[in-house]
Amino acid sequence: MQRIGVFVCHCGTNIAGTVDVKAVAEALQYEPGVVISKEYQYMCSQAGQDLIKEAIKENNLTGIVVCSCSPRMHEATFRKTAAAAGLNPYMVEIANIREQCSWVHKDIPTGTEKAIILGKAAVAKVNLNAPLTPGESPVTKRALVIGGGIAGIQTALDIADAGFPVDIVETKPTIGGKMAQLDKTFPTLDCAACILTPKMVDVAQNDKVRIFSYSEVTDVSGFVGNFEVTIKRRARYVKEDICTGCGLCTEKCPQKKVPNEFNLGMDNRRAIYIPFAQAVPKVATIDPDYCTMLKSGKCGVCSKVCTVGAIDYQAKDEYLTEKYGAIVVATGFNPISMEKFDEFAYSQSKDVITSLELERLMNAAGPTGGTLLRPSDGEHPHTIVFVQCVGSRCASCAEKGKEYCSKICCMYTAKHAMLIRDKYPDTDVYVFYIDVRTPGKNFDEFYRRAVEEYGVHYIKGMVGKVSPEGNKLKVRASDLIDGKQLHIDADLVVLAAAIEPDKSARPLATMLTASMDTNDFFTEAHPKLRPVESPTAGVFLSGACQGPKDIPETVSQAGAAASKVIGLLCKDKLTGNPCVAHSDEWMCNGCSTCEKVCPYGAITYQDKEFRMPDRTVKVRRVASVNEAVCQGCGACTVACMSGAMNLKGFTNQQIMAEVDAICK
Amino acid sequence: MQVTEYKPLIVAFCCNWCSYAGADLAGNNRLAYPADVKIIRVPCSCRVNPTFILRAFQRGADGVIICGCHPGDCHYTSGNYYTRRRMALLFSMLDYLGIERERTRVEWVSAAEGAKFAATMNDFVSTVAALGENKRLEDLRCKK
Repeated sequence: MQRIGVFVCHCGTNIAGTVDVKAVAEALQYEPGVVISKEYQYMCSQAGQDLIKEAIKENNLTGIVVCSCSPRMHEATFRKTAAAAGLNPYMVEIANIREQCSWVHKDIPTGTEKAIILGKAAVAKVNLNAPLTPGESPVTKRALVIGGGIAGIQTALDIADAGFPVDIVETKPTIGGKMAQLDKTFPTLDCAACILTPKMVDVAQNDKVRIFSYSEVTDVSGFVGNFEVTIKRRARYVKEDICTGCGLCTEKCPQKKVPNEFNLGMDNRRAIYIPFAQAVPKVATIDPDYCTMLKSGKCGVCSKVCTVGAIDYQAKDEYLTEKYGAIVVATGFNPISMEKFDEFAYSQSKDVITSLELERLMNAAGPTGGTLLRPSDGEHPHTIVFVQCVGSRCASCAEKGKEYCSKICCMYTAKHAMLIRDKYPDTDVYVFYIDVRTPGKNFDEFYRRAVEEYGVHYIKGMVGKVSPEGNKLKVRASDLIDGKQLHIDADLVVLAAAIEPDKSARPLATMLTASMDTNDFFTEAHPKLRPVESPTAGVFLSGACQGPKDIPETVSQAGAAASKVIGLLCKDKLTGNPCVAHSDEWMCNGCSTCEKVCPYGAITYQDKEFRMPDRTVKVRRVASVNEAVCQGCGACTVACMSGAMNLKGFTNQQIMAEVDAICK
Repeated sequence: MQVTEYKPLIVAFCCNWCSYAGADLAGNNRLAYPADVKIIRVPCSCRVNPTFILRAFQRGADGVIICGCHPGDCHYTSGNYYTRRRMALLFSMLDYLGIERERTRVEWVSAAEGAKFAATMNDFVSTVAALGENKRLEDLRCKK
């Protein structure tokens, strides 16, 4: 039998104004288990807390009920008070007689009557409370960053800066991501390579950071502080530690007709290649889909020209398993496919390109060496039409595009238009838009410059159709402000394609049990207050995998995610929430229902030996809850058909007792 | 003859993260609702076992309401979806038993919807009060 103390708070007149506090204290002293019942002006004050502590010690209390404000307000306070008096903090229950009683009811008799019932329910519950101790788990002081774009690089650098080792896993042969493909960046027009490549070098030279390029995550198990991750290192057929990146093999390889994905297929590379000059790691990779040696065993040129003997045609995929305390997802984005937007003739004409392709055409390291030339005939284009929101804000055409705004297109189009007008003043540039969205520091000023200083023609309206005729592209569009149809003979049409999360994000989310929205963007734990954490403990989000983002935002989010990781890795031990599910192994029949409803993957099954009453030993399959992963929602407790699953702190018996007390 | 006003007994299960906070907000804003409503705090609406509801009715409750986060906003990602499905099943069983559908309800109340909480409770109490006492599910043995 518990020895329960009841403490009723006046909260000045907040409670005492509508509740006869003395009557409540008197009524509750005859409840089962109650040995002392007191009231006081302010229970949360130092004097009030001292009163509780003394009462616990004097009466050897095993549980207390505080009738006061909401537990969301002072439950933590009174738990600390109890702990200070040597009582288990989870032996405290709060009856909410302020927010849910005195403040919403006006007359004293009803207020008092309800307060007594709420107090009785709390007493009934605390009679069934058991002391709980939060579980502790150690923290592996190493972080994993999945994705090596600017988001992943910045996160890794910031974590490494705090002294923790970090691994970056990148699927491409080099880190750098989308930013490495860009020419200039808004709103300051810095060259992307000039600000990105030093960071890539930093991260490569940082002895706290390991880069697993050309690799992918294939399995994740464990939980916050203790993840175990399997990384597949794809065979690149070149020994990474020996290759010097001289590039001789990439010049001699006879297989010249491989579409260069770094330039979005606008030129060719060899079957052995280094994606771009500043690649990190600067190591060649053999493309097994095109290498004649790997396909037919005839060639071997690269192996012959390599002076250091780095080529290894026998290489195999390797798997390595590493332990991490925290995982940061930085898988980034891709432009959507333009297949479904045939009205813009993307598949019919080489001169209809996406904005990312334009970036490569304007980049000094791109297929044209930075001179803007039409992909079809290499001529200089004189009339260029930009089409905004291709696939973005497509509420009515969700099967074609995306409902959301891709956020970065307005700004990069202003940048492109400005750069073109700056370099080629004889070019006419038209931009067709639905709205121009420029929230961001110095963003609107940047857009105004494009219009006012550089004379870019911004036209509110959408392009209806683009049809190739001769060497021209006939653009039919509407001008919504003047209310007329426009016909423009363009040389080049640039589509601002919507962006979507990388395809690797969905399977990764499944592995991490991290949640995603309907567009496959990772969901944050709270859109405003926890924007860089995933709802899954220990998994953090960086960059465009969480939603469309520009570079400044990505870098700030990367830093924020890093600081959350550092906060986690600084701890030696993690203290969990003790109100977690618990399975009674004797009652569990191993049906797996609870495992399926658990949103965190906290429940696993084990074969356990049971000593039966007749002294035989029987092996049975039973559920076991990982207390470090369980968040205590209780979904499993209701799904359990044999009644084996219970939630500590909110047991079936406790809630039933509350129901009974209320319905008496 | 003395007429006493009939006071229904209402049990409300509120999830800790949204609806319980919504109820607190109703309190902070002093938005009144009848004292017949007694709230039980649960971590998530999916913690509410249908047997809790049956028990409440058995013990003489006249109405039971379950409040959780809005779909898509569950603190535990998917708990309220389980609630929605489980309660649909329970309610259809109660239908079969001839219990008025109005005695049970699932409502989504966010932590910002103090006004909605008070309005919901006012509406629910008056609906249940109009139905009168719950006699069909009450277990008379509990009255002894």
